[in-house]
Amino acid sequence: MNDFAALLDRLAYEPRRNAKLRLLQDFFAATPDPERGWALAAMTGGLTFREAKPALIRGLVEERVDPVLFGLSHNYVGDLAETTALIWPGPDARPGNPGIGHNNPPPHIPTLAEVVETLATTPKRTLPQHLAGWLDALDETGRWALLKLVTGNLRVGVSARLAKTAVGALGGHEADAVEQVWHGLKAPYAELFAWVEGRGEQPENRNPAPFRPPMLSHPIEEEADLDKLDPEAFSAEWKWDGIRVQLAGGRDAQGQQVGKVYSRTGEDITDAFPDLAEAITFTGAIDGELLILRERRVQSFNVLQQRLNRKAVTGKLLDEFPAHVRAYDLLAAEGEDLRALPFAERRARLEALVTHLDHARIDLSPVVPFGTWADLAAARADPASVGAGEDADAIEGVMLKRRDSAYLPGRPKGPWWKWKREPHIVDAVMMYAQRGHGKRSSFYSDYTFGCWRAGEAGDELVPVGKAYHGFTDAELAKLDRYVRNNTVKRFGPVREVTHGREAGLVLEIAFEGVQRSTRHKSGVAMRFPRVSRIRWDKPPAEADRIEVLERILARGEREIAPGASMETSE
Amino acid sequence: MPQRASDLLTLTREGLYCPLGRFHVDPTRPVERALITHGHADHARAGHGSVLATDQTLRIMATRYGEDFCRRREEAPLGKRMRIGDVTVFFAPAGHVLGSAQIAIEGEGGRIVVSGDYKRAPDPTCLPFEVVPCDVFITEATFGLPVFRHPDTRDEVRKLLDSVKLFPERAHIVGAYALGKAQRVMALLREEGWDRPIHLHGAMERLTALYKDEGIPLGETPKVVAAERKDLHGAIVLCPPSSIQDLWSRKFPDPVTAFASGWMRVRARARQKGVELPLVISDHSDWPDLCRTIRDTGAEEVWVTHGQEDALVHWCGTQGIRAKPLHLLGYGDDGEAEPDPGANPALEEASS
Repeated sequence: MNDFAALLDRLAYEPRRNAKLRLLQDFFAATPDPERGWALAAMTGGLTFREAKPALIRGLVEERVDPVLFGLSHNYVGDLAETTALIWPGPDARPGNPGIGHNNPPPHIPTLAEVVETLATTPKRTLPQHLAGWLDALDETGRWALLKLVTGNLRVGVSARLAKTAVGALGGHEADAVEQVWHGLKAPYAELFAWVEGRGEQPENRNPAPFRPPMLSHPIEEEADLDKLDPEAFSAEWKWDGIRVQLAGGRDAQGQQVGKVYSRTGEDITDAFPDLAEAITFTGAIDGELLILRERRVQSFNVLQQRLNRKAVTGKLLDEFPAHVRAYDLLAAEGEDLRALPFAERRARLEALVTHLDHARIDLSPVVPFGTWADLAAARADPASVGAGEDADAIEGVMLKRRDSAYLPGRPKGPWWKWKREPHIVDAVMMYAQRGHGKRSSFYSDYTFGCWRAGEAGDELVPVGKAYHGFTDAELAKLDRYVRNNTVKRFGPVREVTHGREAGLVLEIAFEGVQRSTRHKSGVAMRFPRVSRIRWDKPPAEADRIEVLERILARGEREIAPGASMETSE
Repeated sequence: MPQRASDLLTLTREGLYCPLGRFHVDPTRPVERALITHGHADHARAGHGSVLATDQTLRIMATRYGEDFCRRREEAPLGKRMRIGDVTVFFAPAGHVLGSAQIAIEGEGGRIVVSGDYKRAPDPTCLPFEVVPCDVFITEATFGLPVFRHPDTRDEVRKLLDSVKLFPERAHIVGAYALGKAQRVMALLREEGWDRPIHLHGAMERLTALYKDEGIPLGETPKVVAAERKDLHGAIVLCPPSSIQDLWSRKFPDPVTAFASGWMRVRARARQKGVELPLVISDHSDWPDLCRTIRDTGAEEVWVTHGQEDALVHWCGTQGIRAKPLHLLGYGDDGEAEPDPGANPALEEASS
């Protein structure tokens, strides 16, 4: 566990990809099986065990530390695992410490394998006892790593992809080669290490419907990029506001059809979407957008979220929120890998497949015709007039794909671009500020802002949303100082800042849309609000009124009641 | 009405004020008469009528602000009792930086001690903290949370030396506050056997010379010459914290970014500053030392200033000690506000 903790610690402070890669490679080369395999599983999200709930950890600490002091510390540090690791009484602070020169055996420091295996088998009842024993035995870094692991929160800036790249590099293999065999493997991956180290055969990919890492795009800078691109070299389609998924199908050794739904990161989400899995009657892999359609109309992301948030997949849920996939690309078909083909050819194959499937759950993402960038700009500004019709509100912008582009995993710069629609803009007044988490812990970085509305005693500000990004680190430092110097009240981690007609800070907020909300006093909630400008110059009295948001809401509110008609269940 | 120790000091717009002696302690704005605990810019400002401080603090202020930083200087020898108005005052070492002192004020009702910033950990560059028994103790709380337990500084310095050994081709840029921290790091490096030159950013030169003048051996500390930066492979370079991410530090060979500060114990703080090699070295008391010091003074009442007041006030409550937060403005707020280096580079050390 100590070597693994030391690795995570170094990774957490290392910003450079190549240095991370070297750290990982050194670790994998120097650490024996199965320890390194469990480490790989931990970094690629491949561990399954009963995760320790934050409440359990809090309970353990509060048996040892004053809960008020723990609460204040947690609030300050901004991370439960780190706070616990730092505050956990060390051996010298524990009662009954035998002191220097004692004869007690040194504490047993657990291996990662031991931790993982215990977690997988231990009943819920004995989990706290194991955890406390480990925390007593480990040092600060070890405690931190352990807690990150057991809470399923191991974010140290290493993607699964990077970890696989490091493993591949042990034997001079590309990450894609590891990716190819990955889905047939199980932790602690002895077979994989044996192969990359030249001690064993290449593992077979036994998954008949494997995941293929998706190709992502870069946002386009209109001024910088667009003029340099040739419109004729590109094909355009709508960027739909759903979640990116991959439908993979194939036949297993018994000849049975297997259908898998994968998230963008390769997580198998088939169980959550049985309605989609049924539609995978083909052999191959479709890249597309998961959307909820009612009466053939794409529903808002708000509606999709209602399905995503449910744990239990009930018949009612399936009826009310029928999942569809709007197909973007075809990565493989009938055992043939199509990713090296140009997009135009893959698109033709995709069109043929979708037509042949003729399934109501899978349709084609339409191509947006354009001649010049100005044409496309017009389409992007008003998708309804260019064929999107009533679905226009579910469109986030346009995607540009080079007709000759191969399908490359990751985010290569050049072949694919996303060009989002202009956001809505509103000027609002900062009302409350809260300390951030993670990189921003202890900075006041989360701002609740309000717009004016008529109240009983004249105009008043009503909170309409919260934003925590859109500013640079330098701007954050200024905002943080502004909050500290203009605090009128403190509520734990939250500060109320001056806000009135004369005094206060106006934030220009950009957002993607407005939804009705019963949770907010104002009755509206914004999608993806972020600070687009800080209006140090603008008097708060001139900030926008709530009516501005209500007008946007009225335009976008065309949701169809669930179950109105269900032709999609065929 | 009988006097109490707590009547000796009140809070004004300028900071702590003693009406019976008609002086301020560490005022944040110009006043007629100021008693100054130590030379950090948030405590020691220019423009007062008269300033009473230790000889070293007066020298530090003159170095930073020029010889005319106040109209009249008065030296306070450590331990010497001085009558000011209706109170008696004396200074005692605080162990924070060179010249730092606590200020004890006595009246009929008892004794109140303004500790300023202080630490109990050993520091080769200044006198150790002295416990002054008192009725009311005013403590800082920069690291006033139990997550702050400062490690042994020797291990932290060894971390730096290990990294230099591991990357002999890379320059190690260590951010450290110009007054106190920088010189302590130099002295610690010497203690651990680093006998090669320690290269300094120009902003540290004068104060380092002052420390050497005071008889503190820091070895060879050449100033970095811009054109020679690219050749400083394997060098240890000290600079103000604001410079570690500057273009200035990018001109060194493949620099490793280190920062010596108590804040480095919190990962997010290190990452916010883009630090790759955090060195937990602080000139403030950690949580156990804050608690120990409060107990040691035997104070019945504790006032908690600049830092995490809430936690320390709560802890005092659990120990049966009366305590209240003192929201002094101008001392880097929670001790965590990032000073604006553009506005005043000297303020940087405020939150160390």
